[in-house]
Amino acid sequence: MDTDLSSQDRKDLDKFIKFFALKTVQVIVQARLGEKICTRSSSSPTGSDWFNLAIKDIPEVTHEAKKALAGQLPAVGRSMCVEISLKTSEGDSMELEIWCLEMNEKCDKEIKVSYTVYNRLSLLLKSLLAITRVTPAYRLSRKQGHEYVILYRIYFGEVQLSGLGEGFQTVRVGTVGTPVGTITLSCAYRINLAFMSTRQFERTPPIMGIIIDHFVDRPYPSSSPMHPCNYRAGEDNGAVYPSVEDSQEVCTTSFSTSPPSQCVFTVTKAHFQTPPPVVTDTLKVPVMGLAFSHQLSSSRLSYQPAALGVGSADMGYPVLFAGGLNAAHPHQLIGPGKEGGVPPVPSQPAHGTQADQERMCTPLDGVHYSAATPSSSEDTETVSNSSEGKCGSPHDLLETIFIRKVGAFVNKPINQVTMANLDIPFAMFASKNVELEDNDPMVNPPESPETESPLQGSLHSEGSSGSSTGNTHDDFVMIDFKPAFSKDDILPMDLGTFYREFQNPPQLSSLSIDIGAQSMAEDLDSLPEKLAVHEKNVKEFDAFVETLQ
Amino acid sequence: PLSSRCCAPSGAAPAMNCRAEVLEVSVEGRQVEEAMLAVLHTVLLHRSTGKFHYKKEGTYSIGTVGTQDVDCDFIDFAYVRVSSEELDRALRKAVGEFKDALRSSGSDGMGQISLEFYQKKKSRWPFSDECIPWELWTIKVNVVNLANEQERQICREKVGEKLCEKIINIVEVMNRHEYLPKMPTQSEVDNVFDTSLKDVQPYLYKISYQITDSLGTSVTTTMRRLIKDTLAL
Repeated sequence: MDTDLSSQDRKDLDKFIKFFALKTVQVIVQARLGEKICTRSSSSPTGSDWFNLAIKDIPEVTHEAKKALAGQLPAVGRSMCVEISLKTSEGDSMELEIWCLEMNEKCDKEIKVSYTVYNRLSLLLKSLLAITRVTPAYRLSRKQGHEYVILYRIYFGEVQLSGLGEGFQTVRVGTVGTPVGTITLSCAYRINLAFMSTRQFERTPPIMGIIIDHFVDRPYPSSSPMHPCNYRAGEDNGAVYPSVEDSQEVCTTSFSTSPPSQCVFTVTKAHFQTPPPVVTDTLKVPVMGLAFSHQLSSSRLSYQPAALGVGSADMGYPVLFAGGLNAAHPHQLIGPGKEGGVPPVPSQPAHGTQADQERMCTPLDGVHYSAATPSSSEDTETVSNSSEGKCGSPHDLLETIFIRKVGAFVNKPINQVTMANLDIPFAMFASKNVELEDNDPMVNPPESPETESPLQGSLHSEGSSGSSTGNTHDDFVMIDFKPAFSKDDILPMDLGTFYREFQNPPQLSSLSIDIGAQSMAEDLDSLPEKLAVHEKNVKEFDAFVETLQ
Repeated sequence: PLSSRCCAPSGAAPAMNCRAEVLEVSVEGRQVEEAMLAVLHTVLLHRSTGKFHYKKEGTYSIGTVGTQDVDCDFIDFAYVRVSSEELDRALRKAVGEFKDALRSSGSDGMGQISLEFYQKKKSRWPFSDECIPWELWTIKVNVVNLANEQERQICREKVGEKLCEKIINIVEVMNRHEYLPKMPTQSEVDNVFDTSLKDVQPYLYKISYQITDSLGTSVTTTMRRLIKDTLAL
């Protein structure tokens, strides 16, 4: 019993610890949004800045934290943990860090609560600000968007470090002694990702192979023991946040005029309907899309939640900006709801939309979490575009992705068959392209000069989609072969012809056996001569060696 | 506070109870500034508070300290600093002078920059005020020259990793919650804090630096010796 601690002090201390926990979560999550944080110093105290630090409160994050804490405070055996994980566009996920706010029994009865403890908690938050930029996950989170996103999850109770792989490292941020125990803040982080950090994630094509190699246990929801809470967020979102589904309903209707997007959303609806794993008291939340988080609670904006809701279905709540999600999610959407598979979706969206995405990936001005009224930064203009404008970009993005996937070098026709099963408007187009693949010169070099180029599909996406939908019942579509950037003046042949001609070059002469054998014999014969020459020059060599002495 | 008139030069032996921390980094010439700023800002982040506003009866309220992320251009590294342009300017000026001194000294590129936190103790006339340091951070710098772009790229990453370690070290020291000056009354605040800035209030600090003399042996002699040793003739 802490009879030494006055009731006022005890109340203050509990309040400090509670707000410290909330601010800790804010700092950690904001450090993984992928953007630079900037807050202003203010010489006149506003009274609302806890610990005299300007740390913004993202409402959704506070909500999650409060939910996880459920009115309790960190105590012995009851730690507050923020788990940061990475999820690739193919659906693989991996835990990167666990930040733990723990309490142990070592009490410091002498310490003054209102003064020393408060200031030390403030110092600890500053240390947290510094340390969050120093673990490997920071650099990963700054580069998120195209191939992967960073998610966070808050839970309360026992710390679970098993998901970090072998050899994870721990860094202690700091401790603060209080009359009721010592608060400890630390981070355990995976290290075998460190080598993958910037390089592998920047190169797009090999990423599938690399991810698969590095995931020791395929972290797939139902099978992974350490993630009982990992889930197909769709259903769960539906259960926990009905507003998500509501907003999706709204979105779908807003897209009724444009078939491609409609088809996409149909895909995701199917996606949602996969049975959810059991979810306990945690929620996997992607750290993207501030705008979205706000809409989640308001479900006002019809457009944004659509694209986001679709993606978020898989991931929970995006905290960062919508654009990033749009970039990442189409990959998940188009590979339809499969269990454990990695759909060979191209990880790069079409070039034109890349610029779009990058623009959209930049964050809103942190101050305004309402997507409805972003004010200061120019980056928010993509958000503040009318819903029509917003409709434009992710829409195009999705459409382009869709078409490109069909036209690209797809290895598994199964995918396309599955797509057809999903009863989407372009199903005919999809199945037709299975045959297109057979005619793909890269797969089977055809004899005829009239070949289809898979490039064609992506470069003239609109054109081909238009023409192909017209000929839904043909076996295949003849497309004029016009590879990009080909010039007639330099080499009067097109890419396909060039490829075919030079596909089977003759053997190098030095590699052919006869000539090889001959030269070997010659070499052997010439050896004595060479030795004689060297012997003659022995004196020179010796002189050289002398100079080195 | 690059040069202080108030007391014995900071090169003098540190007073009792002054804890001293030394950090060492090896960087390329163009990385010196960013590396120094990263370390100094991280220390000052922990050693700055909001502005004090004294009210009646000896109570005071504290302003709010904002923070911002800084990305380094020549190092794969990012750090957090206090949102105060004045403070940033002061540090940049000091680091700029240090960098210029390193470059122009023609030495092997070794030097050190020190950040000292001190308290002023007013003395009676004719004695000038005493400066009593209570914490001294020294960063030893070794400038390396790299031959090609590939090495530079590796250096970017390596130095980034090293700086991460340094930040962790700094935070460890800060976490020890060792001696800090007592919170001063209104009349004493200028003896403990630097109140000249308009948005934040760091503890009184001063920055000084030293450039190490180069060693005697020339490069060519060293290389010849190396080759001889390797060949063991």
